[in-house]
Amino acid sequence: MAQATFFSIAGGACFILASAIAPAKAADPTPPWSQADEYYDPTEMAEARRAVQKEHGGNTMYYVLADRLEYQTDDGDPLLLFDGQGWWGGDMNKLTLKSELEYDFNAGRFHEAELQALWTRPIARYFDVQAGVRHDFTAGADRTFGVLGVQGLAPYWFEIDAALFVSGEGDVSARIEAEYELMLTQRLILQPRTELNFAVQSIEEVGVGSGLSTAEVGARLRYEIKRQFAPYVGVSWSRSIGETADLARADGDDPGGVSFVAGLRLWF
Amino acid sequence: MYSRRRFLRAGAAGGVIASATGLLPAWAKSASAGNKGIFELAGNSFDLTVGHSAVEIGKRRGHAITVNGTVPGPLLRFREGEKLTLRVRNMLDEDTSIHWHGLLVPFYMDGVPGVSFPGIKPGATFTYEYAVPQYGTYWYHSHSGLQEQAGHYGPIIIDPAGADPVTSDREYVLVLSDWSFDHPHKVFARVKKDMEVYNFQQRTIGDFVSDVGKNGLGATLEDRAMWGQMRMSPTDISDVTAAAYTYLINGHSTADNWTGIFNTGERVRLRIINASAMTIFNFRIPGLPMTVVAADGLNVQPVETDEFQIGVAETYDVIVAPKRARAFPIVAESIDRSGQVVATFAPEPDMRATAPLLRERPTLTHKDMGMAAMAGMNHGGMDHGAMTGEMDHGAMSGGAMQEHNHKTGAGVDNVAMAPSNRLDEPGLGLEDVPHRALRYSQLRSLDPNPDTRAPEREMEIHLTGNMERYMWSFDGVKFSAVEKPIIFHEGERLRVTLVNDTMMTHPIHLHGMFFDLVVDESDHKPRKHTVNVKPGDKLSFDVSAEHVGDWAFHCHLLFHMHAGMMQVVSLLPRDGAAPTVPGATKEDHKGMDHGSMKMSGETMQTRETSSPDHSKMNHGSEH
Repeated sequence: MAQATFFSIAGGACFILASAIAPAKAADPTPPWSQADEYYDPTEMAEARRAVQKEHGGNTMYYVLADRLEYQTDDGDPLLLFDGQGWWGGDMNKLTLKSELEYDFNAGRFHEAELQALWTRPIARYFDVQAGVRHDFTAGADRTFGVLGVQGLAPYWFEIDAALFVSGEGDVSARIEAEYELMLTQRLILQPRTELNFAVQSIEEVGVGSGLSTAEVGARLRYEIKRQFAPYVGVSWSRSIGETADLARADGDDPGGVSFVAGLRLWF
Repeated sequence: MYSRRRFLRAGAAGGVIASATGLLPAWAKSASAGNKGIFELAGNSFDLTVGHSAVEIGKRRGHAITVNGTVPGPLLRFREGEKLTLRVRNMLDEDTSIHWHGLLVPFYMDGVPGVSFPGIKPGATFTYEYAVPQYGTYWYHSHSGLQEQAGHYGPIIIDPAGADPVTSDREYVLVLSDWSFDHPHKVFARVKKDMEVYNFQQRTIGDFVSDVGKNGLGATLEDRAMWGQMRMSPTDISDVTAAAYTYLINGHSTADNWTGIFNTGERVRLRIINASAMTIFNFRIPGLPMTVVAADGLNVQPVETDEFQIGVAETYDVIVAPKRARAFPIVAESIDRSGQVVATFAPEPDMRATAPLLRERPTLTHKDMGMAAMAGMNHGGMDHGAMTGEMDHGAMSGGAMQEHNHKTGAGVDNVAMAPSNRLDEPGLGLEDVPHRALRYSQLRSLDPNPDTRAPEREMEIHLTGNMERYMWSFDGVKFSAVEKPIIFHEGERLRVTLVNDTMMTHPIHLHGMFFDLVVDESDHKPRKHTVNVKPGDKLSFDVSAEHVGDWAFHCHLLFHMHAGMMQVVSLLPRDGAAPTVPGATKEDHKGMDHGSMKMSGETMQTRETSSPDHSKMNHGSEH
């Protein structure tokens, strides 16, 4: 039942995505202006009219951001982390991909490997709504989710990314990320960042308890050699909370700690 | 989009290098390369080739799209009323076009692809033929893609059929522009992805500390909270800055030092054209007062000033008369003051004037948000007594809230709740300079306005955008989503009011007609083709719908237009049928007689000379 619901959500999201990105229908047969058609070939004019309108506001482009590509010390259990996103599309409809990867050097495997494919559309001046699917490729916890989220710029320049996830088994979880950019100089920027994860019900097999499950707070100081290319250093504190922490301890894991980080922020 | 590969090949092949000192056209050369500021008439038949060229700017090699191989292109100089033939050959591998900015040509010769003609295909030659009933300083540029940013522009001088009321001993054309070594589409894409990508003058912690010192902690926090709440930045003045641009005068960077020479006692006419893609300039010649004699090609009553802000696509003609034999710097500083270009005006060709230091960057205020009346601020020392009539309604009448009957949504980040008329202000950052700065309200047409009828119809158009998303539009609708043009009916007199809901200065250009800027209700309003609409500004122009056709109407900041801030004005024939039935009016304008386009006003002026009656005017908005 839950499986079926999930697939219908995912299918629906894909359909919306496909129809949103497909080119618009052929132009209305009544052209908005046509006086030059009397002097030039109307077919050529119609083509030029379509082109001039599309070119002025209807272009599509792409964006790729590696917000965090970093090495984390993680109390002697070092990690390589990638947190990035990219999009392709126009002002109203975009296909967004988000990914978060955590590679554990000691264990020699991915601790976390997540990919989201989302359809993005503006819902307010500074906010977009996002809907689609997420898949976790992590060994032993391979799961798929439906995603509904919002991403944008809150008052006072907080960058917010919040999403609700429903797994194939019907488990509901949520994540909220907030970032702020404090300009120390024109190129030296301090970025405080926080991420909170919540779960509605416990899922013991993946070590998640209900309620606030994990919290992460960090600050990264980057230098924008170019706006698109900025090395940084920082510190990140993360830990499991409540029931999730209990589950971690029961597994003999550390519920969390402080990590020093060094990395690159890139976009193009 | 032109091919990057092709672009590079043109450079690698070496080709013809239009170096700053060498192969520029005579008018653009420096004095040391032989330009003594006297030009010959160029004729009435021109062959223009649009192609890829390598250029050298400040000793650095770049790739350009050029007209006849140089940046800027050749000067087209001809006489008022003469029939011209201009053959434009396209050597690019993409479509091109030439638009004759400010020239009253038949609309099908106006050169806007998809609006007035189909464009010029690769390898094709298009022949423009027209005669214009006007004289003065104008320019031409591509209206295709972002070619203008890549170098596709040049000056036009039209000499009067009769005597020129402006006399001079010598004259120079000064074409101001912004050059990028990066591909224009790359520059646009970066701005679209991160609107602050080129802004290196943002407010930092250091500014916070110094503001606390100046204004106290409470006031500083309140100020930061206000901007933060709106998610806008007071330093957001130019989308593209000196971080990407090398500013040019006649194709010369400051390092290339363009030099114009003079003899003391001479009256020298400078024809200044802002051919930039994205840069509004502050123009001054420190130590030398300038007498403005023409604006946008048309004569104005002489007015002396020390500095003026020139929007993209505007032109000003000034007379200078240096009394001392010394080198003066000619300074064009970008509105955000991230950079400038300095040329030399000197008695000898090999002199270099001392460049002034860049001045401190200006910041935006409440008034720029369109909240002038709400914030209870005074109006920048405006003389309300001198500005009767039109200026009295809206925000000026004491805080009436602006109506917004246009589309909003994700593409509109702000609406000006209480905009103010800012024609009597010199422009952002020039309010408090220690010398005279030109205001539109100082401009008076030299000739009486040809049509002094009171407007019979009014319409309001809002300049809208979302800075963060880099979406720009009129009335909240991007050009890509426009379904209906703006309709003018032949013969009618309109008052168009522009309300700037954004926090940027937009140079708004209407093709095919001059409009009378409503600085007062006299019959000597300045007549322009482009007007700088300041942030939070509400201004009006009156226009006579004379030249039937479809005309482009857009912000002349190239990237704003590219992002959607464009519309079409369909000027429909008087006895024509509905716009949806093309062909019905065919015979009426097929053989358009350009003689009837005379601006001399012999017929128009007799219509009505009494001052307009405001009580009859509908001040409501119309969309």
